[in-house]
Formats: sequence, structure tokens, C-alpha cells
Amino acid sequence: MNTSSNATTTIVRHSGAYALDNYLTAGQGVKSWLLTTDHKRIGILYLWTILVFFLIAAVAAALMRIELLTPAGDLISSETYNKLFTVHGVLMVWFFLIPSIPAVLGNFVIPMMIGARDVAFPRLNLFSWYLFVAAGALALWSLIHGGVDTGWTFYTPYSTTYANSHVISMAAGIFVAGFSSIITGINFIVTIHKMRAPGLRWFRLPLFIWALYATSLILVLATPVLAITLALMSVERLWGVGIFDPKLGGDPILFQHLFWFYSHPAVYIMILPGMGVISELITCFSRKRIFGYAWVGCSSMAIAVLGFIVWGHHMFVSSQSIYAGMIFSLLSFLVAVPSGVKVFNWTATLYKGSITFQTPMLYALGFIGLFTIGGLTGLCVATLAVDVHVHDTYFVIAHFHYIMVGGMVMAFMGGLHYWWPKITGRLYPEFWGKLAAMITFIGFNLTFFPQFLLGYLGMPRRYHAYPPEFQMLNVLSTAGASILGVGYVLPLIYFLWSLKRGRLAGPNPWRATGLEWQTSSPPPVHNFEATPIATASPYLYDAEADRDLHMANA
Amino acid sequence: MNATTTAVVAEQFDDIQQQHSAAKLGMWIFLATEVMFFGGLFLAYTVYRFTYGHVFALASRHLDDVFGGANTAVLLFSSLLMALAVRAAELDRRKQLVRLLLATALFGILFMTIKGFEYRKDFVEHLVPRFDFRWDGSDAANAELFFWIYFALTGLHAIHVTVGIALILVLALLARAGKFSPNFMPVEITGLYWHFVDIIWVFLFPLLYLAGHR
Repeated sequence: MNTSSNATTTIVRHSGAYALDNYLTAGQGVKSWLLTTDHKRIGILYLWTILVFFLIAAVAAALMRIELLTPAGDLISSETYNKLFTVHGVLMVWFFLIPSIPAVLGNFVIPMMIGARDVAFPRLNLFSWYLFVAAGALALWSLIHGGVDTGWTFYTPYSTTYANSHVISMAAGIFVAGFSSIITGINFIVTIHKMRAPGLRWFRLPLFIWALYATSLILVLATPVLAITLALMSVERLWGVGIFDPKLGGDPILFQHLFWFYSHPAVYIMILPGMGVISELITCFSRKRIFGYAWVGCSSMAIAVLGFIVWGHHMFVSSQSIYAGMIFSLLSFLVAVPSGVKVFNWTATLYKGSITFQTPMLYALGFIGLFTIGGLTGLCVATLAVDVHVHDTYFVIAHFHYIMVGGMVMAFMGGLHYWWPKITGRLYPEFWGKLAAMITFIGFNLTFFPQFLLGYLGMPRRYHAYPPEFQMLNVLSTAGASILGVGYVLPLIYFLWSLKRGRLAGPNPWRATGLEWQTSSPPPVHNFEATPIATASPYLYDAEADRDLHMANA
Repeated sequence: MNATTTAVVAEQFDDIQQQHSAAKLGMWIFLATEVMFFGGLFLAYTVYRFTYGHVFALASRHLDDVFGGANTAVLLFSSLLMALAVRAAELDRRKQLVRLLLATALFGILFMTIKGFEYRKDFVEHLVPRFDFRWDGSDAANAELFFWIYFALTGLHAIHVTVGIALILVLALLARAGKFSPNFMPVEITGLYWHFVDIIWVFLFPLLYLAGHR
């Protein structure tokens, strides 16, 4: 961005350097981490925390996949199976996916991308991490004391009346985690509004910022609705009567409305940040300006807004009015428009770009393919008549895993590889990176594509036993899951390895143009030697100039 | 957002104006989340009032307009005091600020006291759902639903009032120590919160107490 104008940023642009005076060396010991208000360190605290929850939830998924190897429910009881899919859903949604890109990568790069020294409220930022840890402790307490068997959706009246499990403590954990998300959202919105560097107008913001701004709007407007809903559900469970209670004339369906009023927008909390990462990766590794910048930025906002008015498509078979169903179906189709705008613009950016297939780019390309499949099957389930057939089947499971795992987790991994040199000052090993990206892609498809077929053939979700004719596809899916597991364990190993042994990255190993690359790696405590000034678009990639530079060097 | 910061500009900001406008925007967004939080219950109220309008009107008449009306006046007046306190902070009138903050808190406490007496009356009249609910006439269940929502809404509001009183008392202590002399922002954003709590009540009063009036 300010390659041409800003002399202050050129000071640190010597390659191969490792800035000794950085945020990691600024304080030593556990206390310096637990009391830090540095957004970069808080991002890393989140990274470790969500890793723990990811691993627990992944173990739950692995146990389910092993159980489903055989048609009979022979490994674990149906009660245990119920608890496994509940803990998998709860932890993956609230303790991994929602904080993944926003709280880890967002915390780390938002202030740097906009040329700020920190977020607007650094102490609140740390507080939100402590809330998150407290919430996780509540969730783990519920898990250790016997778990919850309601599914991550907590539908009434099962959750309020019939479930014999730790519903209230788990709901309390989610309530507190929601508080943490809200604080993060407020912090990001205020930071993006008020802390931008001179010259950084809205339409010069990186698309990652647009995506996280849209995400934050959803975080602050949707999460409180979940909070009140779970609070009302818990109070009803505690007291024996409540507003969802048919005994008083209450309506259990009202719970579903309130729950999905949060949880559908929450799906976009779990994909918009991924789209933001992909916009950065595609343009950087095609050495080309993003195609249709304003469209990509505004489509994030459009998705955030539309996300609030489509919740009823989760309730087509809930006795909701057929007319409401038709409207919700139509509105849900509209979400495909801004999503399509993004996919087409990424594709157009690739067109005639000088593409290099480094690890982040492999994840980005994987994302585009998998997200497209997830999005198109989303149209299938948004169609009233089709949904009646595939509702509550593995088709739905496959659809949202293509978005959540094929989309968000791929984007998270891509972003983590992309910004890893900035975070640690060192490069991960490229060969192993590429290998892991490809293993992940293959393993993912083998896990979840058979589930589309299973669902279409009528296998319902949430059962630990099934008719023998579904075994073949289930075995394929379980085999895929084990490959996917390898794809996730590999980065864990080489990332840790690279902390000490990785090649020094220098300030800008990707020759990227964003402000975060105009400072040393790892960055100094206050990010920049002097406040940068933005004079142009964040994507001044120029393949011609690259080639000239390459020739000159050769 | 932190009440103990003095005039010093926090290191992440360039100047005090940026710090002020950030704090104010942060509080406004927080209030938006609060609107959505209460919104869930308001939605439930709306749905059930449409469904059981007649019973809700009958049930509403069991609530005491005098208590409710008095509390409305008390809370509105406390909001006026809060606005004056913000003004005093801006003009750096320390003594006046302390007195106005204490007066605001006092009216908040008065509100809670009146609410307490009202809850006691509700209990004596057997209007507490589940524990002691008696209803002469038909549709007892739906009337119980009304009172469940009444207690949930006013209870949630009372929690917010209590938090507000605590914040204002802390502000009063800090104001006495001269903490807000040029940085009055903590007073202003706490004021925003207090007005929000007030506005919630302005909606609660007609919805709960006046729904049965013709």
C-alpha cells in the first residue's frame, strides 16, 4: 500500500532479518503473558486455547466415526453417542470456529492492517480472553461430570424437561463465551472505526477488515439473543415452568425461532472471516489486484445483513407456516448472490494471474472449491420440497461441514500459514505445508462427500446404529476422517518445529502489500516504528514489476 | 472504558478526542447488544400477547399502577440528575458532580426499594408463578405465563438497575478523588448506560401495567 510514499516503513525492509526487539521478547515469563494487553499476544493466547478445544472436539468426532464403522451400535451406547455429538457441536461451534479466525488472526492482524498500535480497548481484549477461558472451564466441567445429550441446539422441551444431563452448566458456559464474543466484536468495530491510520479510507481497507467488520456486527447483534434464549431455557429447566412451556400455553417453537435467529447469523460468523482470509490469499498469490474490490467488500456486508432474515429455513418441518417457509426459502436463495459475487471475483482474480502454489494458496484454492459445493448444496436444503426429504439427514451434515470445515477451517489454516512468518518471524517448512494441505483436501472430501450420498439415500443424523446397506459409505467416511486427522496433526508438528528451527522469514516473505507486512517480523510491541500513511489501494500487486525484479536479480 | 484512567491518553490512542469518541462508540454498540438481549423477552411478550390478549389484559390489571407509575417518575427523575452530573463533569465542577452522582444513585435505590415492596405485594396476592400462583377464573395457565414474563422482564431490568447503581457509586468515589478532571468520559458513558436502563423501563411500564386499560 504505502510502498511508494512512506519512507518510515522502508527502514525494516531488509530480507532475512529477525527483529530482535519484538513483542515476544518484550516480556518474559508466564506473568508477562497472562497480564498482557498486547493484541498480538492475546491472539496467541486464543490460538493455544482454541487448539485445546479443537482437539477435544476432534476426539469426540473420531469416536463417532469409529462407532459408525459398523451398522450395529457396538462400541458405545446411544446415550454416549448423544453426548459425543453434543460436545463435538458445542465445542467446535462456540469454542473453536467462532473464535478461530476473529479472535486469533483478527486480533493479531487487524490493528496492524489498519496501521494502529493496538485495538481500541486492550484491557477489555484481555478480559474477553479470560471470559473465554472461564466459559471453556464451565463447558469442560459439564463434560467431565457426565456431559450433555441435547445436541448443540438445546431444543425445548427436551432440554428444559427431559434431558438428564448437565444442560444448565453447559448453557452457562456458552452464555459466558457469548459475552467474550460480544466484547471482541465491540472492540473490533470501534477499532476499525476509530483507529485507522491517516489516509486509510473505508474503500482502502483490506478485504479481511471488511469481512471482520461484518462479522463483528453479527457478533454484537446476534449473540445477545442467544444469551437471553439460553438464560430463559435454563431458568425454565431450573424452575419447572417458563415461556417455552406448553403447560402455560408457551410455545417450544418460539425457542427454535430465537435460537436460529442467533444461530443462522452465527453460521456467517463462522464463514465471513474465512472469506476475508481467502480474499487476501488469492490476490497475493496471483500477484494481481483483487477483481471487483468494492463488490467483494460490500458482499460481506450484504451477507451479514441477509443472515439476519433467513433463520426460518432451519424450521421448514417445525410446523412453521407454509407461507413463512416460502418467504424464508426465497430470502435464503438471495444469500447465494453475494456469496456468488465473492466466488466469481476470486476466480476473476486468478484469471491471468501469476499464480504460485505455496501452502496458503493451496488452502485458498481448496476453499473456493469446497465452499462452492457447500454453498450450492445450501440452495438444495433451502428449497422447501427438497428440505422435507433431506432434513435431519447426513445431507445436511455434509452441507454444513463443507462450509464449516471445507470453508472456515481451510481458510483458518491458510491464514495461519500466511501470517505465521509475521507471528513468529520464521517460515514453516514449505514441502510439509503443501503435503498437509493436500492431505487435508483429500481427507476432507473422502470424509464428507459420502455423507451427501448417505443423506440423499435417507440416513438420518444423530443415530449410532444404521441399516447395513449404508455401511460402505460410512466406512469410506471414517477412512477419510483418519486421513483428515493426519492433515491436521502434520501442521501441529511442523509449526512447533518451526518455532526454533524454521528459516528466518524477514519482514515480508510473500512480497505482500498489506500494511502488516511493512513492519519487521515479529513486529515490535507497538507494531510500527512510526504511524504509516495510506495513499492507495491495499492490493498494489503488479506481476510485470515482479517479473522485472526477478530478471534483475537473476 | 476504564474508570480509573486519569487525563492521560492511553498509549493506543493519538489524542484525547480519539479516546473519547472510541469510548462513546463502544458504549453505544454495547447498548445495541443490550437492546437485542432484552429484545428476546420483548418478542416473547409480543407473541403471547397476540395469542392470549384477553388474559394478558386481565392479568395486567392485577399489577399496581401506583407502584409502577411512581417508579417511572423516580427513574425519569434520576435520569435528569444523571444528565446534570455529566454536565457538571464536563464543566469540571467536582463538588456538584459528587452530589449529583450520589443523588442519582439514591433515586436508583429508591426505585429498587419501591420495586421490592411491589414484589412483596405480588407475593402476598399469590401472583408468583410456580411457587405460589392462584388465579380465580379461567385461563389460569396463560395468566401464569403473563406473570412469568412480568417477573423475567422486571427482574432482568432490576439487575441492570443494580449494576447501574454500583457503577454510579464507584464514579462518585472516584469523582471525589478528582479523577475526572479533564477526562469526564467515564461519567458520560455510565450516563448513557443509565439512560438506557431508564428507557427500558419506559417500555416495560405501559406493556406490563397499562395493557389492561381501555
